[in-house]
Amino acid sequence: MTIEIIIQAIVSGLLMGFIYALIAAGLSLIFGLMEIVNFAHGEHLMLSMFSSFWLWTLLGLDPIISIPITMLILAISGILTHYLLIRYILKAKMLVQICATFGLSIFLRSLAQFLWTPDFRYIANPLLEGRLEIAGIFIGQPQFYASLVCLLSFLLLYLFVNKSETGLALQATAQDREAAETLGINSNKMFALGWALGLSCVSIAGAMMSNFFFIFPDVGVHFALFAFVAVALGGFGSIIGCLVAGIIIGLVESLGGLLIDPSYKLLYVFFIYLIIVIYRPQGLFGR
Amino acid sequence: MNSNLQNAKLEPLWHTNKIVIALIFFLVASLLFFPFINPSNFQLHLMIMIFMYAVMAQSWNVIAGFSGQISLGHVIFFGIGGYTSSFFYVEYGISPWIGIIIGIFFSSLVAIAIGIPMLRLSGHYFAIATLLIGFSFQIIFQRWDLIGAASGLWIPLNWDNPWLTLQFHESKIPYYYIFLIVFLLSYFYIWILYRSKIGFKLRAIRDDPQAATSLGIPVAKYKIIAFVISAILMSPMGSLFAQYILVIEPARMFDIEISIIVLLIAVMGGVGNVWGPLIGTIILIPLSEYTRVFFGGTGGSVDLIIYGILIMLICIFRPNGLISFFPKNILERKKF
Repeated sequence: MTIEIIIQAIVSGLLMGFIYALIAAGLSLIFGLMEIVNFAHGEHLMLSMFSSFWLWTLLGLDPIISIPITMLILAISGILTHYLLIRYILKAKMLVQICATFGLSIFLRSLAQFLWTPDFRYIANPLLEGRLEIAGIFIGQPQFYASLVCLLSFLLLYLFVNKSETGLALQATAQDREAAETLGINSNKMFALGWALGLSCVSIAGAMMSNFFFIFPDVGVHFALFAFVAVALGGFGSIIGCLVAGIIIGLVESLGGLLIDPSYKLLYVFFIYLIIVIYRPQGLFGR
Repeated sequence: MNSNLQNAKLEPLWHTNKIVIALIFFLVASLLFFPFINPSNFQLHLMIMIFMYAVMAQSWNVIAGFSGQISLGHVIFFGIGGYTSSFFYVEYGISPWIGIIIGIFFSSLVAIAIGIPMLRLSGHYFAIATLLIGFSFQIIFQRWDLIGAASGLWIPLNWDNPWLTLQFHESKIPYYYIFLIVFLLSYFYIWILYRSKIGFKLRAIRDDPQAATSLGIPVAKYKIIAFVISAILMSPMGSLFAQYILVIEPARMFDIEISIIVLLIAVMGGVGNVWGPLIGTIILIPLSEYTRVFFGGTGGSVDLIIYGILIMLICIFRPNGLISFFPKNILERKKF
């Protein structure tokens, strides 16, 4: 095994890590705001991939060009999710909240299976194809640009949450709902915004991944698992934690697959999660 | 809570509301006589599935409802039970009846092995960790050559002594009675457990772990006990299900969907109550089996779509489960 192969694995792990980080950031944002884990996160990823797919099939729009439309679709579905479902379970027990989003995930996944059959689909001839070669390391172009776009969106999200006035209002609502209300922040609107933002993050990742990934109703399960792991690893509600955890997961996945046995990739990630969480139950950056 | 603890010691089982006892007797009697009215194979299958899921949901209820931890990987005990009894039968010809007991033993060991490190986790961390453990078991069993890896185990057919090999080819009625008896025993056991001292201590832990500790309840020990009790209920269902379908594979025995359906049934019926999981099962399982038959096996997942909508509606309108439709004093103990 040469050093090049290891560097290759590190690079592809990092690239996937940025994508996981953005997916997890969406989840973490929603959790930080209202302490609800969106167990339908994988299904929202699946929806955004299908949205890219149909925009490409029906209108001939390339996934990169249709990103704004996909974002809009997912943002609207996030707002609908909040107003039709989440609004009613904000004060419910954790168990009921878990169940509600599980119900949503079952509903969305089986609806996708009903409408679009469980077939595997893919986008043929997207704008991004082929691979780059940098100093003897090969990188698939779609993967490279996907992780670049994901990293950029991640930074934008971070700036938005920490610098803009709306972002600060979001944080205020996350910290103390009642106190924020007395300051004239409508928490209901903030929650809806949180869902719209969270699902927009997922939609960007989904749109970029539709370039190089098969699209089928169960596609989100695997990514949602990694997102849960990333959010818990990074500490629930911490956005920077998501980035670090996403990178850890990407590296563990690709290096573990290279050095030990690729068929147990998921296990290594789970193992790392269990070890870290048992020794540090609040996650790496948890409050 | 303190007065409840004293009541638990004082009040014997037969002080239950007489209407409830009469109702239970009537129900058990009609279940025993059900096969005599010549039900179709589908109806028998439906009843068997109801008995199975009722016990599985109850097993989940022991952890979530009695000790407050939300497990999303409960299917592992189902899979371990199924694989243990099948493996010992296929390899060594050991009767599945003994296999069930070995399965319970292994499941309890796994419950302890998982339970101890997981004690530190709570809330979402516990839930996600159990979800990952469920997936890990599926991955490991899919690649474990000794037990047939991804293609699974085929239980060899044996027509000689059906009660020993637990295979009934002519009719589903023996399966019906076996599942019925296991179902009745499990529910009776949980009913007693619920009103026993262990039951009260577990519920005290669920309501307030710190207060429970200050009352001298060893929280860690009782959480492990709850985990083991839950595994003991779940494991035989896996063994019996394996004998019922006679072909087992990791994708089926460790299907993450089972963990989730069990959770949804319990929440739908009402968590923390002995009868909640039963009510949830009686509604959800026929619903899913009938819609599956009605819409056919054309890959249409209409049953799951309805499932999903129903769950969301219940979470919104009846967060305490369907059991909250019943007046409380009928289900709870009542003094005379």
